[in-house]
Amino acid sequence: MKDVVRVAGGQGFWGDSLDAPRQQVEGGQVDYLMLDYLAEVTMSILQKQKERDSSMGYARDFVGAMESVLPAVCERDVKVIANAGGVNPPACAAAVRKLAESNGVSDKVRIAVVTGDDLLGRIDELLEAGHSLSNMETGDALASIRDQVLSANAYIGSSPIVEGLARGANVVITGRSTDTALTMAPFRYEFEWSDTDWNKLAAGIVAGHIIECGAQCSGGNCLIDWRSIPDLANVGYPIAEAHEDGTFVITKHDGTGGRVSVASVTEQLVYEMGDPHEYITPDVVADFTTIQLEQDGENRVRVHGIQGRPATDKLKVSIAYRAGFKAVGTLVYSWPEALDKAKLADTILRERLDRLGLHFDQILTEFVGATATHGSLANSSASVPDYPEVQLRFGVRGQDRRAVERFTREIAPLVLNGPPSVTGFAGGRPKVEEIVAYWPALIDKRVVQTKVELV
Amino acid sequence: MNIQLLDIAHARSGDKGDTANVGLIALRPEWYPILDRYVTAAAVTAHFAGGIDGPVERFDLPNLKALNFLLHGALDGGGTLSLKTDAQGKVFSTALLRMRIDVPDDEAVAAGMSARGAR
Repeated sequence: MKDVVRVAGGQGFWGDSLDAPRQQVEGGQVDYLMLDYLAEVTMSILQKQKERDSSMGYARDFVGAMESVLPAVCERDVKVIANAGGVNPPACAAAVRKLAESNGVSDKVRIAVVTGDDLLGRIDELLEAGHSLSNMETGDALASIRDQVLSANAYIGSSPIVEGLARGANVVITGRSTDTALTMAPFRYEFEWSDTDWNKLAAGIVAGHIIECGAQCSGGNCLIDWRSIPDLANVGYPIAEAHEDGTFVITKHDGTGGRVSVASVTEQLVYEMGDPHEYITPDVVADFTTIQLEQDGENRVRVHGIQGRPATDKLKVSIAYRAGFKAVGTLVYSWPEALDKAKLADTILRERLDRLGLHFDQILTEFVGATATHGSLANSSASVPDYPEVQLRFGVRGQDRRAVERFTREIAPLVLNGPPSVTGFAGGRPKVEEIVAYWPALIDKRVVQTKVELV
Repeated sequence: MNIQLLDIAHARSGDKGDTANVGLIALRPEWYPILDRYVTAAAVTAHFAGGIDGPVERFDLPNLKALNFLLHGALDGGGTLSLKTDAQGKVFSTALLRMRIDVPDDEAVAAGMSARGAR
């Protein structure tokens, strides 16, 4: 058994740095490269791509990432774990297989594919069997949106990844694995943690939570002392160095920018946090109020003391559904009295939409530069300043695509027939977007059977 | 002493559906009890009055010298439904840091605070 196992985080979401995966395997010693590609909305985007082309539906950036790390995988035994499979893990694996063949290393790349999380084709069967799949937040029955469902995936845990590693894979591709399982699984495999060793499993989950957003724990988006964080242009992505007892250190490669401190790690720990006493995952319920942090040298934070409890008998299901259309248009008004001009334009626009008989589920106006993000808090005590410029940002949302499209024709005319000193319309008409919304539900764990195949 | 949270804490925020979370972290460990005592769920509700639709919940993390606030109904529907610039609640953190609290002078001085915190 290894004394220490190093898992490097190389991707915080689909769209993160293309170079980070390679930098993580070339910047120093690591055992595993963990790549998280999936956000809640990503699954539905991938499902739309798969509908158009049955060989798609996975995070294509992953193939480029694999190409950049092939030497490390083939020559230095670095293993890769990624949820890049999206809604089509077998197609993702086939693309990686093809890449390995064209690079003449097919015999050195052993891919495990995890499936079974995709419930889209089973929804009616599940509903008939009495699984309500009602919305966890609103309690609404799935029937209200059944016809609009685009994708449905259970969040699955570490076990199938551990199985893939045990069967000799050096690349494990999953669909909707939890982000944290991608990090916990290699620790569980290497240190042979049992599936009831709650404290150690919880520690692996916490390590996963810290590194799953890439550089957001190592100096990126870090508020504290932000001006003094060195060399963000060359920011180091995080590495979790764990021991058998579940203690671990968060660090980054020498010679990289950014900062790993108790404060930077704490900022990431509280990111997207719910009830800290119960961070629920398919493998374990972790208690974030037990986490202890201490600085352990420059850019090293030691994490210990973590406690966990048995997992629940449910899995979370991420359902995506079509929820109408939206469009957002913007115009920029300049000094003097920029905010008043933008407010008048807003009033005029609303009246014109009304006269056109257009109805929307929602209209939202924001004044960017004045109140868009902090609302009235921004000007609560002082008088309103005469801003150099204010962006009018006007959004509509509704079920009728034609109404939303008609709205997009009403922005540009304001340049000539509305308040003065207006610019910033060069981008053309606003784009109409179909809204794919998120429906969280729970399901009995026993109905989700994952499968691991070596391909 | 009237103190702005910006001078004694840092923060990060994110989303879960239509709920924004703000983790508020003491800049010095000895300032955590001040946050604990004065940055109550009720005070945060009053701070965001008119800006959010739902209640505010608070959870305590003394181990991290941090408080976690859940601001329900803060994101105009949340996720892709929201028309807001900050649909994912990324900068509710700084909106909370605008908040001011009144701390009795003796208590503030004992915790090593000045009206400008550590700055």
